[in-house]
Amino acid sequence: MSDVTQPESFEFSPEFRDAADAFIAKYPKGRHESAVMPLLDLAQRQHDGWLPRAAMDYVAEYLAMPPIRVYEVATFYTMYNLEPVGKNHVQVCTNLPCWLRGSDGIVEACKRTLGVEFGGTTEDGLFTLSEMECLGACVNAPMMQINDDYYEDLDPTSAESILTELRLGETPKTGSQIGRKSCEPSSGLTSLTEMDGEG
Amino acid sequence: MLKDADRIFTNIYGLGDAGLVGAKSRGDWSATSEILAKGRDQIVDEVKESGLRGRGGAGFGAGLKWSFMPKEIGERPHYLVVNADEGEPGTCKDREILRFEPHKLVEGCLIASFAMGAHAAYIYIRGEFFREAEALQSAIDEAYDAGLIGPDACGSGWDFDCYVHRGMGAYICGEETALIESLEGKKGQPRLKPPFPANSGLYGCPTTVNNVETIAVAPTILRRGHEWFANLGRANNTGTKLFNISGHVNNPCTVEEEMSVPLKELIEVHAGGVIGGWENLKAIIPGGASVPCLPRSICDSVLMDFDSLREVQSGLGTAAIMVMDQSTDIIAAIARLSAFYTHESCGQCTPCREGTGWMSRMMARLVSGEASVDEIDTLEQVTRQIEGHTICALGDAAAWPIQGLIRHFRPELEARIEQAKSQAA
Repeated sequence: MSDVTQPESFEFSPEFRDAADAFIAKYPKGRHESAVMPLLDLAQRQHDGWLPRAAMDYVAEYLAMPPIRVYEVATFYTMYNLEPVGKNHVQVCTNLPCWLRGSDGIVEACKRTLGVEFGGTTEDGLFTLSEMECLGACVNAPMMQINDDYYEDLDPTSAESILTELRLGETPKTGSQIGRKSCEPSSGLTSLTEMDGEG
Repeated sequence: MLKDADRIFTNIYGLGDAGLVGAKSRGDWSATSEILAKGRDQIVDEVKESGLRGRGGAGFGAGLKWSFMPKEIGERPHYLVVNADEGEPGTCKDREILRFEPHKLVEGCLIASFAMGAHAAYIYIRGEFFREAEALQSAIDEAYDAGLIGPDACGSGWDFDCYVHRGMGAYICGEETALIESLEGKKGQPRLKPPFPANSGLYGCPTTVNNVETIAVAPTILRRGHEWFANLGRANNTGTKLFNISGHVNNPCTVEEEMSVPLKELIEVHAGGVIGGWENLKAIIPGGASVPCLPRSICDSVLMDFDSLREVQSGLGTAAIMVMDQSTDIIAAIARLSAFYTHESCGQCTPCREGTGWMSRMMARLVSGEASVDEIDTLEQVTRQIEGHTICALGDAAAWPIQGLIRHFRPELEARIEQAKSQAA
């Protein structure tokens, strides 16, 4: 955190404060510390995708927790970004199922298209590129996550065009890039054939 | 092969409506109050009789686990916690339940909670599953609005609340006590057992942690009868199961099949076979990253169930099947998993914290062949020193893939070393 410019203060906007209070209400009386993870997530969402020290302190005060307990949580979980990230956080899975289906090519396409290495952010602040562990969409490998969405069944060409669309401010199609609904066999159903088209 | 009529997850591909109307048309929430009217003991007994074993990896009897909860509700409330922190490499079955069959899970939460005397369930879903959490929350909201959960759930007189809690990126939180710690707002570091969660879990209260699939199949078992479920698969390995088939197959997919289906048949019927044909198969990891790989000779005949895979020194785990054809550098494949475990070790126990890094560095040298043959034995010994010597099973999970590699592909490891030597000379 040392070489990052930290804001002096942080507080929830009224809308985020309401959301925070709704989270706290999910847990039994006196167990409000359970809400530390969702509150840190809210703070990160309000603060352009990263979590400054001031936000951790604010959440600590909000939940009446010792700040060190909040720092422990913020530094333990990988989805908290302790440094600024680009508007689009491109996270490419390179774990075994994705690697077997060609994630090396996806990584190369992302690096080439964005002009950054893993951990890098583009100069225009639009993209940060990260290497991810398994994201749990293995039969749709290779895949990547950008902010809250999954892009699956990728090849280098589709990965590149997703990034290009985002750069142009467009909204690329999420999910499978080869026309699958979800995790069914791409050649056609081998089960549930009687249910096809139901509902 | 399983008939469609015996499939539980009839919307697993999301081809139908995942909402309440669609779910009801598929039989969810039908006569739930009659199931609850059976009473706690009978529900637990029927789940026991069905033979349902936990679908999260360990395969512990679900009904037996439920029966460990205190019979009387004392001063401390009871909790059900659902493990939706799906992160075992290769595994993507719960994701499909969460987004396409969420009502099966919510109904299962009500029934399981009732059977264990719990008025609240927390579903801990991995943070990256943001859209899946939205779909689940939407189902929960629908169920509240319809009076299926909430006060007097389904008119049963039982008050029940169901909450979604998102993780924020930590594989270790899939371990049940780490998950509980995380749910309490702490770092996800596993607790020593005993005490077991049924005695002292969430907030120090009696708690049962179950996998998504385990809970989601319970309503159908109770509706169709435990005999129906028990008659599928083999003895001690009953029911249906979601299988994820990834890697070098023609059509990677998720499919619900009968337990004990032959591995080869599963791949050929549903995944379009191994790329280049069965003869082109090199190895399969049959149950998620943690279980040892199997060479083709074993894959020819092994059945996909707990006992059959244990007999060949592997495991059913999460039933996530990763297929590797002859083009695979199997040493690099296992090294990738070693790097994963190093990344995910929580750092609490020394054998795991230091051992995962050590094994990963050793595996990197075996990939390039810059090692000596006797170091293979050293590595094998180190895996034995990690296995069983840590608070949770992450140490075991890191050790087993390497043991499988050495057991079945030692000649390849030695050849890589010889090759590197001759290139250097």
